[in-house]
Amino acid sequence: MPLRLLKYGLSRDYPVSGDIPATPDLKPSYDVVIVGGGGHGLSCAHHLSKYHGISSVAVIEKGYLAGGNTARNTTTIRSNYITPEGIAFYKEAVELFEGLSQELDFNVMFSQRGQLTLAHTEATLRSFHARAEMGKHLGTRTEVVDQKAVEKLVPSLNMDYGGALEILGGLWHADGGTARHDAVAWGYAAQASRRGVEIHQRTEVEGFEVVGDRVQAVKTNRGRITCGHVLIATGGMNYDVALMAGVELPIRCYPLQAMVTQPLKPWLHTLVSSVSLHTYLVQSSRGEVVIGGSSDPYQLYSTRSTLDMKEHLAEGAVHLFPFLQGVRLLRQWAGITDMTPDYSPIMGASPLENLWLDCGWGTWGFKATPVAGKRMAETIAEGRVPDILRPFALERFETFRLLNEMGATAASH
Amino acid sequence: MKILTCPMNGPRNIDEFQSFGPVRAEPDPDRTADADWSRHLFRAENRRGIVIEWWRHVPSNYFFLAERDLVSNEIIRTFDASERRAQP
Repeated sequence: MPLRLLKYGLSRDYPVSGDIPATPDLKPSYDVVIVGGGGHGLSCAHHLSKYHGISSVAVIEKGYLAGGNTARNTTTIRSNYITPEGIAFYKEAVELFEGLSQELDFNVMFSQRGQLTLAHTEATLRSFHARAEMGKHLGTRTEVVDQKAVEKLVPSLNMDYGGALEILGGLWHADGGTARHDAVAWGYAAQASRRGVEIHQRTEVEGFEVVGDRVQAVKTNRGRITCGHVLIATGGMNYDVALMAGVELPIRCYPLQAMVTQPLKPWLHTLVSSVSLHTYLVQSSRGEVVIGGSSDPYQLYSTRSTLDMKEHLAEGAVHLFPFLQGVRLLRQWAGITDMTPDYSPIMGASPLENLWLDCGWGTWGFKATPVAGKRMAETIAEGRVPDILRPFALERFETFRLLNEMGATAASH
Repeated sequence: MKILTCPMNGPRNIDEFQSFGPVRAEPDPDRTADADWSRHLFRAENRRGIVIEWWRHVPSNYFFLAERDLVSNEIIRTFDASERRAQP
C-alpha cells in the first residue's frame, strides 16, 4: 500500500498542486506593495486584482502566510457595536462573510449562529438597550432579551439566580457568527495569486525610502522594490512598520491570550460573552471550546502565556458553565494587539501621499478582514477614501473626533 | 505569578498593581496647540525597549515609577516619584 501511494506521489501525471504558489523572485517594481501577509493584506490583494484590475501587487510577509494575528484571534464575527460609524462598517463585514465561501470558491466554514452577550448588572443592561436601538436603526439584528430568552438560547448556562453574578438579560445578536480563520486567509491568497498577485513569504521590510511626501521604495531583506502605493497591514507590527516610514501611530501594544479545551460533543450553539467576567466562549466545529477574554493589563511585546490569565479565563468559563470544570485545556497562545485609544481601527490615508494604513486592529480585526480589504483596495485604486472609511482616519485624534467602541467588546474595558 | 517590588510595600504579586502607562511630558494646557495636545493624550511610548511607567499599588493607593523592558517584561527597577522630580 505505501509503495503504491508513493508511485502516485512521484508520478509526473499527478503533479503536486498547492493553493499558494512558491515564493517567486522579487521584481524591482510593483504597482502596489502590501506589507503584511495576513487576512487583511491578502483580502486587499484579492479585491485589487479582482475588482480593480490591479495585479502588479506584491504581498510582503516577514514570516509565513497568515501566521500572526490572523492565526491567533478567536474568530468572532459581529456588528453589534456602539457608534453608528462602527456599526455601518462592521455590518458590511458581516454581509461579506455571508457570501465569502462563494466569493472565494473556498469553504470558510462561516457559521452564523448568533452571539449572546450577558448582562450581570442593571448598568450593563441599560448600555445594551442603547446598543440594540442603534443596531436596529442601522439594520442589524440586535435586541435585548430577558432571562427566559437567555435560558432558552443557552439552556446549559448558569443563570446564578440570587447570586452576585445573576444573569439579568442579554444582548442577542442574530447576525453574529464565526468562520475558519485559516480558510479566510488561504481563500484570499489562492484567489489573488491566481490573478497574478505575488505572495512573498519570509520577506521582511527593513525600511522605506521616503522622498518628499512619497514612499519611493520598500527595502526588504531580499532586495529593494519601487512601488506605486504601499499598504501597511501588519497587525501587531503596525506601530513598528509605520515608524520606519516616519509615521508615529497612536498605538500601544498589549498581548491578548486565548485557549481551547479538548473537543466536546456539540452543546454550545451560540457565541457567549460576558462583559463582567471578561470572558467569552465559542465551540469550534471540531468541538473544542475556544475561550478568550481581556488583553493583558499592561503593555508588552511578548507572546508568552501567563498562568494568571489562564486562571482568569478558566474562572469565567467555569462560572458560566460549571460542568466545564473537569475539562482539560488543549492549547493556549497569545498575539500582540495594536490597541488604539478609542478601540476603533485606523484606516485610510497617512501623512505620506502613497502610503495607506490598515492599522489599529487591536482585538477586533478578524471580522473586518473582508471589508477592510475591499475598502482599502477601493481607496488605493481610486486614490480616494470612501465615505464608509472616513470616520476611521488617523486625523480623528488631532480633531478629537474619536469613535469610542471601548464598551463594545468583552475583551478590554 | 510575577513579582513587582513596590518602593513602599516591598515585593508583591503584580496582580496588586495597576499600570498607568509610560511617563510622558506634561504640557501646559494653556500654551499647547491642539496637535501637541492630541499627541500628549493619545501617543504613548510604544517602542521596543525600556520604558519608565507609572504604576499604582491598588490596596495602598500608592503611585510610583517602574523601569521595565517592553520586550522581555523584565522589571529593571522601581522608585518613588520624588526621585524623578529630583532629576534635571
